Amino acid sequence: MDLNLTVTEEKFRNDFRAWLAVNLPPEWTGSTSGEDRAEYLRYLREWQQKLFAGGWAGISWPREFGGRGASLMEQAIFQEELAAANAPPLIGTIGLSLVGPTIIAIGTPEQKARYLAPILSGEEIWCQGFSEPNAGSDLASLNTKAVREDDAFIINGQKIWTSFAQHADWCLQLVRTDPHAPKHKGITCLLVDMRSEGISVKPLRQMSGDSGFNEMFFSNVRVPVSQVLGEVNGGWTTAITALMNERANLGTGSQVLFKRNLEALIRRARAFPRNGKPASEDPLVRQKLAQAYLELEILRLNTNRALTSLSKTGVPGPEGSIQKLYWSEWNQRTQQTAQEIFGPYGQLTDFDHGMWQYSYLRARGNTIEAGTSEIQRNIIAERVLGLPKSY
Amino acid sequence: MEFDLSKPQKLLKDSAREFLSRHCKPKRVRELMSTETANDDELWQAMADQGWMGLVIPEEHGGLGAELLDLAVVCEEMGNACLPGPFQATLFSAALIDRAGSPNQKARYLEAIASGSLKASVAQLEETGDWDLDAINVKAVRDNGRFVISGRKLFVPDAASADLLICLATNGESPVILPVSKDTEGVEIKSMPSMDETRKLYEVQFNNVSVNAADVFGADGNARGALVQATQVATVALCAEMVGGMQWILDTTVEYAKTRQQFGRPIGSFQAVQHQCADMLLMTESARSATYFAAWAVTEGAPNAGTVVSIAKAYCSDAFREVGNRGVQVHGGIGFTWEHDLQLYYKRSKAAETMFGDATFHRERIARAVVDD
Repeated sequence: MDLNLTVTEEKFRNDFRAWLAVNLPPEWTGSTSGEDRAEYLRYLREWQQKLFAGGWAGISWPREFGGRGASLMEQAIFQEELAAANAPPLIGTIGLSLVGPTIIAIGTPEQKARYLAPILSGEEIWCQGFSEPNAGSDLASLNTKAVREDDAFIINGQKIWTSFAQHADWCLQLVRTDPHAPKHKGITCLLVDMRSEGISVKPLRQMSGDSGFNEMFFSNVRVPVSQVLGEVNGGWTTAITALMNERANLGTGSQVLFKRNLEALIRRARAFPRNGKPASEDPLVRQKLAQAYLELEILRLNTNRALTSLSKTGVPGPEGSIQKLYWSEWNQRTQQTAQEIFGPYGQLTDFDHGMWQYSYLRARGNTIEAGTSEIQRNIIAERVLGLPKSY
Repeated sequence: MEFDLSKPQKLLKDSAREFLSRHCKPKRVRELMSTETANDDELWQAMADQGWMGLVIPEEHGGLGAELLDLAVVCEEMGNACLPGPFQATLFSAALIDRAGSPNQKARYLEAIASGSLKASVAQLEETGDWDLDAINVKAVRDNGRFVISGRKLFVPDAASADLLICLATNGESPVILPVSKDTEGVEIKSMPSMDETRKLYEVQFNNVSVNAADVFGADGNARGALVQATQVATVALCAEMVGGMQWILDTTVEYAKTRQQFGRPIGSFQAVQHQCADMLLMTESARSATYFAAWAVTEGAPNAGTVVSIAKAYCSDAFREVGNRGVQVHGGIGFTWEHDLQLYYKRSKAAETMFGDATFHRERIARAVVDD
């Protein structure tokens, strides 16, 4: 047990920190939607290109594919440093953390040669077409059909909750290719060009006001057979590989953002009045802030334990579900605490630039996106505790 | 960075589990809890022979000089077995003597504790039931070369099986730590019957008890600092014991959910039951992370060790109780019976929750460190 960074890890942190000090772009102060949107996307792409040029894109990927071969601990440090520097989001995150590692794991040599490099450079942005209106938690019941016609599959159907679809170049998509097989055995994973004829994308506005998700409609979209990732009708295995890679990212970056959010709340509570005194002197507020603080600290400790265990086994496991369950529920509780501290002000869209009302609303989605809390608990119960399957 | 037990620590944990599974079966726990002191001298000596009494006592005083995390993994297994008796009480005493004692005092007491020939308990709480050191109100009055104490201490764990009582008094400014042999004239011990019969509580009355001033611990003016540090060690050990108790409840409940049939299927196949178990796992593992980290931070002498220990105790206090609640709930009626061993752990969780301060107490400590400017 040694919670200090090793010499190598320390050097990695210092190197990246030094690089960030020189290369971090000025903060985006315009709007991220409306007329400013195109400009904002260019800003994000340029940021990823800069990371790529500096050798800081896809750091977890093996060196032979243009990555840095970074250890899990270094990946965690990388995410922490990005968050600590208040760096812009990574527009290519789905390609970098989910599609790329999956292509590396099971793609053909041609697919590796074609797709990996543009993911790293940010030239090609990916989205992930998994969920459907009738296939959310029960993903394997998905219904979008792909029928073989000569050297291509013809896709018809609808996807939903697709992040980045509105500016993605490619989509890692699950389709049903054998409607007669048991549901897990008739799915195929396709690499779909988003400029194909027959695709339309419609942004979905969230209750927080922003449009992170989209609906995608597919009408006779033609995808060459060479674009199958993994085996035909073996797409469920591909999907699990992809999802494990997604959850292996244990949220080390968002923890830094949470910490910053909580520190801002504590600072604010020292000056915000309650019963004629600062809110931070109210015994109940103190209890709640201390609870938020201690739980966030334990989240960090759980992450470090999971990273240590993952480093030894090398296989992403259900640890990700425990983390996801923990942080999503923590954030909801903490945002409610913020609302209680600010009373009627918390709801205002111009109080502290609207950050508390936004954080509160955005947190509501945390226990739903990327696997609901209920699904995470099912996974923990069945895969960690070995309880019998419930469905 | 590596957040894991070392190989020797894992071996130590396994051997502790194996030892306790032979010497401290649930049947034995029940036999002991129905005795007056819940102490088993033979088991005590066997544990001392394993080196457990002296785990964190320096080698020069007959101990093993191990790290706090080594002690924690052994305590975890003690909690898993619901070990009765004065181990925790003696450990707190040893940690206090190690930090406040003069070389002569250490030689005199620590070796005896490590070898198993001396059991001890710290008498801290009074009528307020407040763990704050400033709540200590019993006066140690200087009278020539002696201190005289008169007053009543409450909730003293395992006082009847302890050979040595360490009374925490005050001289009006700072704490005074007085070793009092149990058979000293003026010491009266009375049982305080409570839920957890595996670890008995006592009222200790000191009636004009006189202690030689040269025998007092922390005479060099470091009484308060030594108390703070020793309390950290004892609190981490208690947290580890709580983690072990949680693990027992979790394992037992999951096993039951796999075998108990209702509606023609194991109840563990129902999500309402699965989700209780998933939450129990999350709480148990989180409590373990917090406790191991606290053990490490105290050993490293981290500047925020006090806050880190408070984080562990605040979390463990709530989590052990809550894991117990859910464990009983999943078991249904059988979980509420005297016959089922769950009751032992359920009661232990309540006793441990308040020991060294409950979650509310420690959250306030954390707030002083991170909420206040």
